[in-house]
Amino acid sequence: MKRRDFHKMLLGTGAALPFLDGLLNGAASAATPDGGLVTIIQPEPPILVLPLNQQTPTGTVGGKIYESLLTFDFDLTPQPQLATSWEVSEDGLTYTFHLVENAKWHDGEPFTAADVVFSCDVMLKEVHPRARANFDRCESITAPDDYTVVFQLKEPFAPFILAFEASSAPIAPKHVYEGTDYRNNPANDKPIGTGPFMLNEWARGSYIHLTAFEDYYVEGQPGLTEIYYKIVPDAASRSVALETGEANLAQWNDIEPFDVQRVAGLPNMELTTKGYEFFSPMAWYELNLRKEPLNDVRFRKAMMYLLDRNFIVDNIVFGLGQVATGPIATTTRFYDGDVPKYEKDVDKAIALLDEMGLAPDGDGVRVKLTYTIPPYGEVMTRIAEFFRQSMAEGGIEITLLSTDMAGWAQAISNWDYDISSNMLYQFGDPALGVARTYISSNIRKGVLFSNTEGYENPKVDELFAKAAVATSDEERQALYSEVQKILVDELPVLWTYEAQYPTIYDSSLKDLIVGATGANGNFAKAHWG
Amino acid sequence: MRTARLVLTRLAGIVFAILVIAVINFCLVRAAPGDPAMVIAGQSGSTDEKFLAQVRADYGLDQPYAVQLGTYLKKIVTLDLGYSFRQGRPVSDLILERLGPTLLLTLSAFFISLIGGVVFGALAGLRHGKITDLGISLAALVLYATPVFWLGLMLVLLFSIKLEWLPAFGYADMRAKTFGTVGYALDVLKHLILPALTLAAIYMAAYTRLMRAALIEVAAEDHVKTARAKGLSESAILRGHMLRNASLPVITFAGLQIGALVGGAVVVETVFSWPGLGRLTFDAVTARDYPVLLGLFLVMSILVIAVNLLTDLIHRLVDPRLAVR
Repeated sequence: MKRRDFHKMLLGTGAALPFLDGLLNGAASAATPDGGLVTIIQPEPPILVLPLNQQTPTGTVGGKIYESLLTFDFDLTPQPQLATSWEVSEDGLTYTFHLVENAKWHDGEPFTAADVVFSCDVMLKEVHPRARANFDRCESITAPDDYTVVFQLKEPFAPFILAFEASSAPIAPKHVYEGTDYRNNPANDKPIGTGPFMLNEWARGSYIHLTAFEDYYVEGQPGLTEIYYKIVPDAASRSVALETGEANLAQWNDIEPFDVQRVAGLPNMELTTKGYEFFSPMAWYELNLRKEPLNDVRFRKAMMYLLDRNFIVDNIVFGLGQVATGPIATTTRFYDGDVPKYEKDVDKAIALLDEMGLAPDGDGVRVKLTYTIPPYGEVMTRIAEFFRQSMAEGGIEITLLSTDMAGWAQAISNWDYDISSNMLYQFGDPALGVARTYISSNIRKGVLFSNTEGYENPKVDELFAKAAVATSDEERQALYSEVQKILVDELPVLWTYEAQYPTIYDSSLKDLIVGATGANGNFAKAHWG
Repeated sequence: MRTARLVLTRLAGIVFAILVIAVINFCLVRAAPGDPAMVIAGQSGSTDEKFLAQVRADYGLDQPYAVQLGTYLKKIVTLDLGYSFRQGRPVSDLILERLGPTLLLTLSAFFISLIGGVVFGALAGLRHGKITDLGISLAALVLYATPVFWLGLMLVLLFSIKLEWLPAFGYADMRAKTFGTVGYALDVLKHLILPALTLAAIYMAAYTRLMRAALIEVAAEDHVKTARAKGLSESAILRGHMLRNASLPVITFAGLQIGALVGGAVVVETVFSWPGLGRLTFDAVTARDYPVLLGLFLVMSILVIAVNLLTDLIHRLVDPRLAVR
């Protein structure tokens, strides 16, 4: 039966009204008819107010609605957004930003320096953990005139410029939030930003519809008329959405690693792994260093020698990543690959375990440990299973424990685990996204993504502290090179791979992925070619 | 009169049951490890003590359990389901907007499965041992054993990808609101077919087997033999003496099923991106969004109780013996 025949049958008549016919045949159209984009969001963000919530999907959708002063290109060089130009004083203490003068909020109010001061000095400090850490470094944040903002730092902080990325410091409207209870503000239902797209409708559980903001301050932008974010919770259905043309773009974890090459190979589809440089997620096996024998560096080295980390890259994430050499990702600043290497070598591992006096029992088991699997999807489960298999070769028996997000977060942040895996964004600079895992001042019970493994090394603390305030890149590089060598030798965690994410999009979409925040960027330049 | 008294005692029991359920729910959701603050932290990639404390204060988690329970019960009595700080919206809104799609999907599936199951079951039962019976029983068995998500994916593969007849997922086309009322309804209907069939398939198989077995059993009973000896026609025997008796287990099962269905069908909703209560519940569980979870449990328990009451009443209509007792 042909499709049309079926439609006739479905309608029970051969004389279908024209609009019904169009309706039935138009189901699988690609772009929206008037120049919009249809994409996927998963999981559904709880809210879209980026200043209040920094989950990745909130950043993906909220990143079109909210902006910050700067944006960053693929090698993390700052580019203008709400700031047209900026100067940093010689001593690294004063940051002066000159703002665009014709920007408006989505409710029509003009955007001024007062909004920036309110956001960075008041609201974000109250509600945004990462911004709080950055702006607490400021002596003062002031607006000498309506279109200039000056950040005066207490002491130099080299990566401060990176604090002005959209999800790190989303600028919120002062006239909406000042003096209100930020998290219970009724305006949170209808987010007001300065971005190129504004929220039109959010049909919860179905889709989020953004439309172009006509008063956007850049002439000729945005290039798309609207964006639909369809909420598709099932991975197979997300692949289907790209296959049937019901969506033109998938990002982050939308498509399962094993399906990426097939979906990207569809006609008119393009694949890029660029546009995640700002995040540069680093994955590792996290070890609770408070526990025996994990507190012994020989044991940690033995585990590393039992791992063939190439297997993870080739067979678990299917090439979407590269084997990590140490704590800093190659795409983050101050990476240094000149560090000790760990290739799989079971003999070396066994020698180390023997040296520790961990003799195998009758079943060949030397040590029994548990592994709490993080609930971040199938890949994390495969990585856990691979770990159990690898460790068995050295007589280390691993029991895998499954849990959900809340249970995992509870266990890790309260140090109630032996081994797990973790993956953290690096936010472009070691001082922002790397140091937090290794410095002893960040051992904070109950706080996730702190130094949860409990690693303490005064030398490492000192090097990270110096590197954060050093103003010259050469000096910082020397300090970070040294800290990378020490960490790779001491293995506070077992780094596995630098994760890459696939962005798969319709090849007629142009200028879509243009910077280090890729699919979480504002898409102002994107257009159909 | 008797019925009125029964309804009244039932109502008192229901109010009591709801309060007991509410207390159990409260304890249950808090027995799971972690809390909403932990989840938001885990999903945000960075956090600090102040943020965790803020979220906990929002949810009232900094209060002692007894105070939290008291606040919760007070809200129930005033029919206030509370506020989801995670989603920044009142719980009643979140539940209400999902209730329509949920009932549409589950009730369609319910009626498809009930009608299909009774018809096929009766056919198989009447032709007991013949090829029709064999075919229907086999098909029912296969459907019954099929994992629901797999069936859903196969239907999508066939009808959406290969044949391109029906949309693969979603509740309505994003532009459906511009189609007019009729167009919108048709569009929703088109999106409804695959998930409703998928959800109906397994229950239909169960009804078929139930109806068939009941009919075969009834056929062997004395009153049917008597009816036949009296010289009644086969169709009169079927209508007057067999179907009514055979349908009792089906009604009981249907009552159980419809109670479970109002809670949504998380697997089918996930496969087909259907914006139903099942997904809302699943997300609320993983996010430890306590107010949403408690609100959902409460609404579902009320619905289940209401449906049980309704099933009892239908039972008494179909089987007058129950009313006499």
